[in-house]
Amino acid sequence: MPVAHLTRRYRLSASHRLNAPSLDVQQNRDTYGKCNNPHGHGHNYFVEITVAGPIDAETGFVVDLVKLDALAQRELLDRFDEGHLNTDAVFATDFVPSTENLSVEVERVFRAAVPLLDARGALRLHSVRIEETGNNSFDLPSSRN
Amino acid sequence: MIYLTRKAEFSSAHFYRVAGWSDARNVEAFGKCANINGHGHNYTLEVTVAGEVDAVTGFVVDLKLLKDILEREVVGVFDHHHLNLEVPDFATVNPTTENIAVAIWRRLDGKIPNSTLHRVRVYETADIFADFYGASMSEKMSEAA
Repeated sequence: MPVAHLTRRYRLSASHRLNAPSLDVQQNRDTYGKCNNPHGHGHNYFVEITVAGPIDAETGFVVDLVKLDALAQRELLDRFDEGHLNTDAVFATDFVPSTENLSVEVERVFRAAVPLLDARGALRLHSVRIEETGNNSFDLPSSRN
Repeated sequence: MIYLTRKAEFSSAHFYRVAGWSDARNVEAFGKCANINGHGHNYTLEVTVAGEVDAVTGFVVDLKLLKDILEREVVGVFDHHHLNLEVPDFATVNPTTENIAVAIWRRLDGKIPNSTLHRVRVYETADIFADFYGASMSEKMSEAA
């Protein structure tokens, strides 16, 4: 059965502030510049979820997009869209909500959840790619690959 | 070695149905995509080939030649046609984004001189695309899973 990669792109808008608790005020200003503004700032992120698996012989699908969308609604949009990333529990510690770290968190959640979308058990998360702006994007291959 | 990508576009109609399934089961599985009258998309195709740069011409593949091959093998066959009803590749499989990528791979593999086909990417919309890397990649991934 041919294996294909399917990518779905989601948009979310969120604010964040880059500030590492282990650095002092001046070090944070020096490290993060305007991203350290105490009042935060925001982005329109595009999150691309790429999954890989065999194409189902009957449906022609690698993944049921309704199920993938429901997962993204719950774990991505309900959790982060129109919110402040720093208020999320995972970023409340010294895990700074940079787009790199947002990618790490999204990869962690989807790596566990994506295989459950398919009864055949052959579906895997392949990678997560997040565009912070049109000029900045971050690719994270899933650690299963 | 270097990778070269050429884009092409085609506009086609399709629907999703499994012949042996009841109408109700098709609607349950495919929703509005099961509408027997079909619907359509402006597809974007990206074909990536891998090869060595010719020392004299500076080309991997003559882009005009690649364009002509894409036109003859894919665009001329798919564009402004109904994939289910008019394109033999989809006589027995649904023309999903995944299966379209596989069909295009089969149509192009071995036909592009001085290079090997690396990836076929098909965008159904800006937010959904499928990648196919060929049967050998499929075998490798199946073994890994």
